[in-house]
Amino acid sequence: MKVTGAIAAVLLATTALPVTAETLRWARAGDSLTLDPHAQNEGPTHTLAHQMYEPLIIRDMAGAFQPALATDWAPKADDPNVWVFNLRQGVTYHDGADFTAEDVVFSINRAKSENSNMKELLSSVVEVRAVDDHTVEFVTDGPNPILPSNLTNLFMMDKGWAEANGAVDVQDIEGGETTFAATNTNGTGPYKLVSREPDVRTVLTINEEYWGKNDFPLDVTEIVYTPIQNAATRVAALLSGEVDFIQDVPVQDLGRVASTDGLVVKTAPQNRVIFFGMNLGADDIARDNVEGANPLADARVRKAMSMAINRDAIKQVVMRDQSQPAGMIAPPFVNGWTAEMDASAKTDIEAAKALMAEAGYGDGFSIQLDCPNDRYINDEAICQASVGMLAQIGVTVNLDAKPKAQHFPLITNGETDFYMLGWGVPTYDSEYIFNFLVHTRTDERGSWNGTGYSNPELDAKIVRLASETDLDARNATVAEIWQVVQDEQLYIPIHHQVLNWGMADKVGIDVSPEDDPKMKFFTMN
Amino acid sequence: MTDARPASVPPPPGRLRRAWQSDFLWSFRRAPVAMVSFLVVTVLVLAAVFAPLVAPHDPFNPATLNLMNGFTPPGQPNAFTGESFWLGTDDQGRDVFSTILYGMRISLFVGFSAVLLAMVLGVLLGLLAGYLGGWTETVIMRVADVQLTFPAILVAMLIFGIAKGITPPEYRDQMAIWVLILAIGLSDWVQFARVVRGATLVEKNKEYVQAARLVGRSPFAIMTRHILPNVLNPVLVIATISLALAIIAEATLSFLGVGAPPTKPSLGTLIRIGQEFMFSGEWWILFFPALTLLALALSINLLGDWLRDALNPRLR
Repeated sequence: MKVTGAIAAVLLATTALPVTAETLRWARAGDSLTLDPHAQNEGPTHTLAHQMYEPLIIRDMAGAFQPALATDWAPKADDPNVWVFNLRQGVTYHDGADFTAEDVVFSINRAKSENSNMKELLSSVVEVRAVDDHTVEFVTDGPNPILPSNLTNLFMMDKGWAEANGAVDVQDIEGGETTFAATNTNGTGPYKLVSREPDVRTVLTINEEYWGKNDFPLDVTEIVYTPIQNAATRVAALLSGEVDFIQDVPVQDLGRVASTDGLVVKTAPQNRVIFFGMNLGADDIARDNVEGANPLADARVRKAMSMAINRDAIKQVVMRDQSQPAGMIAPPFVNGWTAEMDASAKTDIEAAKALMAEAGYGDGFSIQLDCPNDRYINDEAICQASVGMLAQIGVTVNLDAKPKAQHFPLITNGETDFYMLGWGVPTYDSEYIFNFLVHTRTDERGSWNGTGYSNPELDAKIVRLASETDLDARNATVAEIWQVVQDEQLYIPIHHQVLNWGMADKVGIDVSPEDDPKMKFFTMN
Repeated sequence: MTDARPASVPPPPGRLRRAWQSDFLWSFRRAPVAMVSFLVVTVLVLAAVFAPLVAPHDPFNPATLNLMNGFTPPGQPNAFTGESFWLGTDDQGRDVFSTILYGMRISLFVGFSAVLLAMVLGVLLGLLAGYLGGWTETVIMRVADVQLTFPAILVAMLIFGIAKGITPPEYRDQMAIWVLILAIGLSDWVQFARVVRGATLVEKNKEYVQAARLVGRSPFAIMTRHILPNVLNPVLVIATISLALAIIAEATLSFLGVGAPPTKPSLGTLIRIGQEFMFSGEWWILFFPALTLLALALSINLLGDWLRDALNPRLR
């Protein structure tokens, strides 16, 4: 008995010996926009950053909280306005520097600074202070029960590294700036940057010093990330074995991939809604044929445009059933979402024409639609289909489709009249949507609000959400804000995306609703 | 037999008959490949020119599209709308047959215009270089040499990129066609210039040119009135073959997504769209536009080949 036990132990030990090097070749339509972790609040940018940098708290692949650089957190016993975070000890950055409370203070202040695209998440934070080397306190301007959920994409940089490399200020992407931190990384994460050619190829290798090397599978020892914009090329790369994992299997090729030996498709609803935004705040818009007036400023026109969109046809033909038509710009995962509002979008061409006539645009008008072509599933095809649908109520749309790197600055700079955007909600709460997309554009909030909408009364309600501790009262305010957003037709919702990850069957991972694969969770066999 | 010419210039008797028996047409009648190619080109060009009359739908009018018609296979009724289309529909519910006709219009228009631009530019510069010589020749031909070291498609993409950068986005769709013409035309003038220069060098020392010079005609008149007519034969041959190349260049640019926009697709744009559905079994979206492009470019090329032989006395 003892002998067999010993043999079994030896066998176990040998199988548990370091696994051979496993390279994960990973592709998706678009690249990360920058390596600076605070410069763009954008899905693919964060997804790449998550491999190298870490926040205090992460969401695991199922979307649940998991301690990362903080081991535990709680509101301070005697002060509801303060959250206390105990930091993980013995963590080092890739360059060997220790991770300390000072770095947290630095990173949070950096993420609150002028060029940061993450400010909205920290708008309630008035101060971050280091109590000792491994304890940090976040002081908020009132009790903020949901602060931890705002921190899951807020990455921790090393203060010393940033200072030594001129990377203290956040890169100004809209201004076309490139900085050291935009092309180099120094995180605490499971992977280190080896090389990067934007839009071509990024190579990461495992961080042997990673604090969690015994806590996670970490089967993947090297990551080769190649953005492939063309859908057919991307799927061909997966079919031919040139890549192991693609995050966006084209909907027309799902059957083909699933029926190929050695490949699997995994599907899950995504925490992301796709919609159109309109510049309704301007007195006149530049790229239309109406002089001296802005047709989009009239809510009737916006409602008519929403009614012209046939969401079921888009779902059936463009998305091949891989979407869920939306009536509000919150995914069903989010606190504040209601089935009733989400089902509110109806197609009615006759009623839409009547509304157009009522608004004085019975003969229609022309406008430009800016659309990305490498971000969302079938983004350009959805825009193109919408061009035809809007033409039926007399709205002539000139479509300008371009890569997201050129598309997104139009929105954040307020240089587009009519645009497509998708929004995921990593905090699972409506406040995130309101802060970024509904609040008036200020230094603090509204950075992705390309509509020019400004409603001081609504703004006050949005600001109040951060410190409202009575959950029922808070939910009531959320509902009130949504009512205004819906009544004003601030946005034209299209649908909720469904994720389809395609992978070689040796890759073991489940689809995360955030569409943010964290490679440390991957198994390879 | 009637003749369209005005009566003041009486036609020589049996002119059409003489034309029919001319060397040129004689060799045409003897070349079945040329005849078939000519037929194909004629049918395609006519179909493109009269597309609004021939095509059952107007694919450029988005208001008439029904998305639910998308992905209808050729000749079969659509599962939702019951409509059926001869060559099927694409991802946006556009009739592929109509879209090909309209797309071919863009391809042919861009091709013809680009070749015209390249020809005018190339012939002019070639004449100047050949006749004037000296530093004019050096400058023109060195520029031509430098441009030849880059593949034409790269030059076209460069020009397209610059032009796109300086046009305001709201005009981009309307301007895309003109920018394409400019890009392809400017990338293609070199061969015209080189051939014309070579021929001009030969012609300018001939007696008729010296005679014209002696009677005091201006260099411009000598170039256009005396030399040009005598160097046109090779220019015609190059123009025909360039046309096929220009159509393919346009298709390539559009395929790469830098040419005609998806809302007003040319053949290349259609092939780009169709290529997305290659793996999923909707073959007709790619196949028919590609077949049309192949037929068009091949026929023009074969015609050009025949023309080169027919116009070259040494090959007879």
